[in-house]
Formats: sequence, structure tokens, C-alpha cells
Amino acid sequence: MQQFISLSYKYIFVMQFHAQTQFSLSDILKITPFDDVLTWSGVSAATPTEEMNGAGNLMDFLDEPFPDVGTYEDFHTIDWLREKSRDTDRHRKITSKSKESMWELIKSLLDAWSGWVVMLLIGLLSGTLAGVIDLAVDWMTDLKEGVCLSAFWYSHEQCCWTSNETTFDDRDKCPQWQKWAELMTGHAEGAGAYVLNYFLYVLWALLFSFLAVSLVRVFAPYACGSGIPEIKTILSGFIIRGYLGKWTLLIKTVTLVLAVSSGLSLGKEGPLVHVACCCGNLFCSLFSKYSKNEGKRREVLSAAAAAGVSVAFGAPIGGVLFSLEEVSYYFPLKTLWRSFFAALVAAFTLRSINPFGNSRLVLFYVEYHTPWYMAELVPFILLGVFGGLWGTLFIRANIAWCRRRKTTQLGKYPVLEVIAVTGITAVLAYPNPYTRRSTSELISELFNDCGALESSQLCDYINNPNMSRPVDDIPDRPAGPGVYNALWQLALALIFKIVITIFTFGMKIPSGLFIPSMAVGAIAGRIVGIAVEQMAYHHHDWIIFKNWCRPGADCVTPGLYAMVGAAACLGGVTRMTVSLVVIMFELTGGLEYIVPLMAAAVTSKWVADAFGKEGIYESHIQLNGYPYLDVRDEFTHRTLATDVMRPRRNDPPLAVLTQDSTTVEDVETLIKDTDYNGFPVVVSRESERLIGFVQRRDLTLAIKNARQKQDGVVSSSVVYFTEDAPQLLASNPQPLKLRRILNLSPFTVTDHTPMETVVDIFRKLGLRQCLVTRSGRLLGIITKKDVLRHMAQMMNQDPESIMFN
Amino acid sequence: WDPGQTVHLLFMYVCVMLHRTHNQMKTYLLQNSEDIRCKCICPPYRDIEGQIYKQNVSLKDCNCLHVVEPMPVDGKDVEAYCLRCECKYEERSSGTIKVTIIMYLSILGLLLLYMVYLTLLEPMLKRRLFGHSQLIQSDDDVGDQQPFANAHNVLSRSHSRPNMLNKVEHAQQRWRRQVQEQRKSVFDRHVVLS
Repeated sequence: MQQFISLSYKYIFVMQFHAQTQFSLSDILKITPFDDVLTWSGVSAATPTEEMNGAGNLMDFLDEPFPDVGTYEDFHTIDWLREKSRDTDRHRKITSKSKESMWELIKSLLDAWSGWVVMLLIGLLSGTLAGVIDLAVDWMTDLKEGVCLSAFWYSHEQCCWTSNETTFDDRDKCPQWQKWAELMTGHAEGAGAYVLNYFLYVLWALLFSFLAVSLVRVFAPYACGSGIPEIKTILSGFIIRGYLGKWTLLIKTVTLVLAVSSGLSLGKEGPLVHVACCCGNLFCSLFSKYSKNEGKRREVLSAAAAAGVSVAFGAPIGGVLFSLEEVSYYFPLKTLWRSFFAALVAAFTLRSINPFGNSRLVLFYVEYHTPWYMAELVPFILLGVFGGLWGTLFIRANIAWCRRRKTTQLGKYPVLEVIAVTGITAVLAYPNPYTRRSTSELISELFNDCGALESSQLCDYINNPNMSRPVDDIPDRPAGPGVYNALWQLALALIFKIVITIFTFGMKIPSGLFIPSMAVGAIAGRIVGIAVEQMAYHHHDWIIFKNWCRPGADCVTPGLYAMVGAAACLGGVTRMTVSLVVIMFELTGGLEYIVPLMAAAVTSKWVADAFGKEGIYESHIQLNGYPYLDVRDEFTHRTLATDVMRPRRNDPPLAVLTQDSTTVEDVETLIKDTDYNGFPVVVSRESERLIGFVQRRDLTLAIKNARQKQDGVVSSSVVYFTEDAPQLLASNPQPLKLRRILNLSPFTVTDHTPMETVVDIFRKLGLRQCLVTRSGRLLGIITKKDVLRHMAQMMNQDPESIMFN
Repeated sequence: WDPGQTVHLLFMYVCVMLHRTHNQMKTYLLQNSEDIRCKCICPPYRDIEGQIYKQNVSLKDCNCLHVVEPMPVDGKDVEAYCLRCECKYEERSSGTIKVTIIMYLSILGLLLLYMVYLTLLEPMLKRRLFGHSQLIQSDDDVGDQQPFANAHNVLSRSHSRPNMLNKVEHAQQRWRRQVQEQRKSVFDRHVVLS
């Protein structure tokens, strides 16, 4: 009964900790539960230096940080409850001291405002970095084809900005910007020039990707990949030291530009989230409130992820929703408000840098507002089905390829792999004008509607020469030969992109997958859109079209189909729902198109979920074996705690420490012989009644400390966890009190607790381990790894793939 | 000595200084007056071929009548011609582009130089200074052929240097060890980020 009450207190208290509940706790908890239930008696005293804004000595950043009690080892999970309790202690101390003097009051105000200052700094830095990345990508992508002679730092469009020699037919050409063949040989046209351009394009692409993979390998190996699976795991409580470090930030920014410019089929959105989280981590170290508390740090990282998506897409609200839906694990309302602020500041900073010269944040901002018709929902839903099918295909193929990279010889040659894939991509991409240019430009062209003034092949419609409508309201026209040509090329581009992205995502360079998925969807959508448009024009007397499509009216907008296709494919791969629709309509500015986008997103998610419940990021988490307990998985099996707990029947008995009869030597042997992360402390080996739980790292550090600092502590000294020292003879060496590192309120369940409840507790409280008792006696322990393995076993997956604790 | 007069003079002085700074800022900002433009695209009309017109005008003057010069059609047709033209106002910041690209290239260049130094020059220097025997002593990198594992350790012989330099060396060594650990996890054992 006692345990049930304590368990329910903890359960209810932590419900406050994250936004998944509607309880009003002030009614239930008139007392502060922290003091009674979660006594880390003396831990707050044991961490003496809680400086306000720990600027500290500037030279100290060069010193190796001394690991003190309460920090975590690499590749381990944090203890959420301990972090929360420490933060509350700190806050209470500051509040009580603030009444003493004016200076303390100011310090308490600064502490309250430090969160907002961190958000402001994160927004500023992420916006700046995103602007730099955009400008540099713009320039380097064009560098593969030619160079601006008047000022080498201008891209093609910028170079021809001021020139007066552009004509209506050759809108892109100007004499200041020359292709490489023209520069080197003087010939602009001809087979020789084409071959030379081709060769140099491939050469530049190979150079960029080689530089990218070398920099990643030499300076920051953690900078490769997308980053979102690892950030999801970090935000759920995992520690990966160095993943959000300064060198990772620098290398990821620099190599992201190189990777995108090399023409590979990857995007920059996922890596921008990683960059923003690195900025978040960087600014956390300015304030001890965040740098010393891993739980608070993750709040800041959630907000930083929102800022990252905000600058990647120009979608601040979509960024906040993306952080809520995809990336974050615990998302209390305070984090929502702060993410909003960080995303806003980031978007504002990016806009003031103005990378695209037209005050827009993203390359594919479209401005048409033509309405859509109910009958068009049929092709939209078809596009949704296509998106779901493609998502499933991509996830399965990519995971299979990544698994092959992980287990076979292919993984031993990362540099060669990158160079080979770049070479193949460049060689196959150059002949097709739709794959030669950067993917963002392709998407922008596909999203845009054809006015009367477009000169691209895709808009080669047969114009009525007497037409005098204003540019926005062009009626449907028959397609000219250019359009059919473009359709062929687009179909080839679609197949190429579908195949090559499978091999590109997951290589050892920064790679995102939002842009390639949107490209696949946009190409498919545009093809369907042009098909529907031509059908509506040539067969306007069919029943389907007669109702809504008069000849001479603007019925079908192929650009809208491209948008819907892009949303469907992105939803099929990542399984985003609300955040996807918000991002898409923030990208396009078209509130009229919410319903088609929602229809496509919902359809693609249904179709994709029918084949497999996990999106690409969850699949990568599973591939790497991270200890990520997904909040979406439902556990509906009827197993009990006793089926999962360790030790099993044939295992050696549980390694425990006793309250006052273990010696220092015994403890050290225990630590050396086993690799458990913690040990329960019982009253004695006979009674086995549980006192508490002690972490391995804390034990090691405390004993090391005691041996160095305290006199009289030798190997045969007794270690005691009680309040008073045990009665010993005077001839015994001095005993060692370790009560301050003991957790007096470990979580316990009885052996007949259903695993459904246990999984729920682990998920909601963020536990690392849970002890199993029967009638008050300790039976065993369940760790997070055991829970994950059990769930994998129940779902018929390989339980040995869970690697971390 | 009249304090009112002094205040008056001071006030005048401040006003003149502000005006001067304001003028300076204006000339600086408008230095790149070619950073704004209005671009009008006009399609073919009857027997006139399509044309693109560009001018450095502000947003309120960005329409067909101000930008299309010389107007290729006469009075009655001007309206019909202009109705087909599409005018867009664009601005950019050429200074930002220049600074960003040059900054990026310099950072990239520095990183490349450092990379070349770490991978090629340092082991060569080490080998030339201390001979082959020192290399065998590198202990903990069994099977790891990374050349700069203990290179810096061997190169820094003198401990009597001032504290700052020692600290930097220690920090750099620690960083290298961390990077090596990361490289092992990611590239060799494929434990993370596979």
C-alpha cells in the first residue's frame, strides 16, 4: 500500500513534467512532493558550486572538465527525475536567497530571463548560418557550370542581374557569365564544348564531395548523416558526447554546402536541424542553469530544433509543430512558447540577410491563387497513394542498403563510396536538364504555374495569338511539342531520383532527405497535372469535366498538383501529418490549398502505415539500436514484470550491496567484475529488504574521492549507507559513509505488474531501471534495455539489435 | 559667460554632427544603388519581339510606364502592350554576398590547410626529427593507422614552456583523442550513424 501510494505520487507528479496530461496538480498535491518522495538528501549540498551565470575563468575551457557526481557517461541515458529535482532545488534556493538583498534579487531575475536570452542567441546564430549556407550553395552550385568574370563571387543569376544584354528568348545568358568550355576554348556551342562542360561538371562534383567526406572524416565524424534520428534519441534522454559540439557545428556547416553543391540527391533541412541544435548546445554552456542540468538542456534543444526547421523552410509555425511532432520527446507548454520565439527570431534574421534577393525565405514561394475543384480530389488522392507507396519503398530499400553498409565490406570504404555515388550521379544527371540544375530550382520551377511569359520548355503551350488576358488568368491551352519533350525528360528524372536517393541518404556526408522526397513528389505531381490538364482541354465534353471546366477557362493548375505530390511523398517517408501541411502552406502561401494538401498527406500516411508503422527516422533509430522508447508504439501483450526481469532462472543472482556490511574492496571487485550500471542496496543478504539504489558511476567517483581525500579509508573499510555509522570495534578502520549518493526512492513494481503498465511507466517517467519486489523483498531489476528487447521480441524483431543502455 | 548661450552652442554642435553622420550613412547605403531594380518582361506583340527592360527605380515607380523606355508602340496601343507586361521589383545586397562568399572560402581554405598539415606534414616532420623508432611506441592505436595519434606528444618535448602553450597543446591532444574515438565509432565499428 505504501509503495502504491508512493508510486502514484510519483506518477502524478511527473505528469506535470510534460504536456501529455490535463491534471491540475495543485489540487492533488498541496504538499510539494519533492521533499518527501524524491529525497536526494545531500545531493544539492554535494554539488556546491551552483554559480549564477557560470562564466567562470576563460582559461578553464582549455582544461579537461572534472567529472563530478551527477554527470553521465557517454552513451548512457539520463535520469529525468533527478534532473528535474535538481532544477527545482536550484530554483528554490535562488528564490529564497532573492529576498536577502537587491543583488540577489537581480540575480534571480537574470536567472529567470536566461532562457529567453538563450533563445534569442540561438535564433540569431541559426538564422545567420542558414543565410550563409544558402548564399554559398547558390554560388557553388553554379560554379560547376561556369564562372562570373566581372566578380567571381556572383552566381549565374546574380552575375546577370545588372546586365543589359539579356534578351527575351535567352533570358539567362549574359556575356559576363561564361561556361567553362567557353572560357577555356572560346567556343560556346558544339560537341566539343558540350563534352568539355560535361567533363568539368563531373570533375567539380567529385572535388566537392571528396573535400566534404575528407573534412568529415578528419575533423568531425559525427557530422555525417542527417542528424534527426540521433537528435530524437538525444532529446529522449540519451547522451552522445561531442554530437552537438563546436567542431561538429563548424564542419557540418562547411561540408553541408559542399555536399549540396556537388549535385548529389540530398537536401539541407535535416542537417540544418542538427546545426541549430549545436547552436543550442553552444549557448547552453553560457549559463549554468542549462549546462549543468541535462533535462533543462533538452528543453533548449527542442526549441533549437524548431528554429532549425524554421530557417530551412521559411516556416516558423511549421518548425514548432515539427519539433513537437517529430523530434521532441517531452514538450511542455513552456517549451512551445520558447520554440515559437526562437523560430521567430531565426526567421527574422534570415530574412534580414535576404539570401534570395526577393524578400522571401525559401526558393519556392509561389503566388498564384487559382481555385481548385472537388473533382480534382481524385487525382490528389491518387498522388497520396503514390506518395505512400514510394515512402514504403524508399524506407525498405534504404534500410536494407544501410544495413549492408553496416555489416559488409562496403562500410570499410566510405570515401570511395561517396566518390563513386557522386560520380554516378553527376554522369547521369548532366544530360537531363531537369536533373542538371539544383533540386531546389527544379522544385521551384515545377511548383510555378505557366504564365504567358515563361520561356521554359515546360511552358511551351500553344498560345492563342489574339489572347489579351492578364498574365494570371491564362485559360487552358493545348500542349506544344516542348511540353511533351519535357514530360519525357521529367519521367526519366523521376526514375533516376527514386533510385539514386536510396543510395545517397545515409552516406558519410551531411545529407537530408526533405528536398529529394519533395522533388520526387513534385515531378510525379506535375506529370499527373499536365495529363489532367490536357485531358480537360481535349475532352471538355466528358461528364467529369463538363460540370466544372468550361472551354476558355483556367481549370487545372499543374503547379498545384506538383505541390500536392511533394506533400504526399514527404508525408509517406517521414509520416508527418499536421506539421507537413503547415510547412507546405507556409512554403506556398496558399491557404486555399489546405484541403488538397491534407487529403494527400492523410492518404499517404494511411497507405504507408499499412505496410510498416515506422517512418524513416524511427527505422534508422532501430537500425542503430538506440534506446528509444517510442511514445507511439502500443504494447498490448499480456506479459508480466516477472517475465522480463533479470536475473532469469539460470542467471547468477542479483548483484546487491548491503546497508552496512560491504567493504570498499568488495565494492571495487563488484564494479570491476560486472558492468551493471547500478546496484540495489538491501538491508542484509538474508532479509533482502530494499533500501535504495546507487549508480555505478557515482560509486566509482565517490570511492576514488574518498581514497584520495579522506584519511583512514582503506580496502577493508566498511561502506555504510545508513544515517549513523554501524557499531564497530575500535580496531576496525574508519568506515565510509556513502549515503549522499544513494537514491532512497527507487521505482519499484511488484512481480505481478503487467508489462503494459511497466512500459507506460518507463515511457512517461523516462526511467532507466525499475526494481521488482514481492512482499517487500527484492526479486530483480528491469532496465530500459530489457524493456526494449522484450518489445522487439514481441514484435518479432531481433532483440539483440538493441545495443545501448 | 552665459550658460544659456553655451547650451545653445552645444545643441547646435550636436545637431551638426548628427546631420553629418546621417549624410555619411546615406551615401554609404546608397553606394550600391544598383542593388535595386525593376524588371519588366514584355512578350511579343504584333510585330514587335519580346523584350526585357531593367531600371534602377524604387518600388513606387516599378510599373510599365516608368520602366519601359523607349516605348515601342504609339499612344493607343500603350495600354494593351503594358497589360501584357509583367513588372517585378527586386532587391539584393551585393555586399552581403561578397562578404559571405569570401568568408566561406577563407574558412574552407583554412580547414583544408589544417587538414593537409595534420594528415601529411606532421608525420613527415615527426619522422624526420625523431626517426622511425618513436612511431612504434604509439601504444593504444592497435590497428589504427592514424598518423597523428601521438605525434604532438612526441613533438612537444619541453615542459618548461609557459602555461598557456602547454594548456593549448593538452587541449589539442584531448581533442584529437576525442575525434579518434568518434571516428572509431562511426567509421570502424559502425555503432553510431550507420
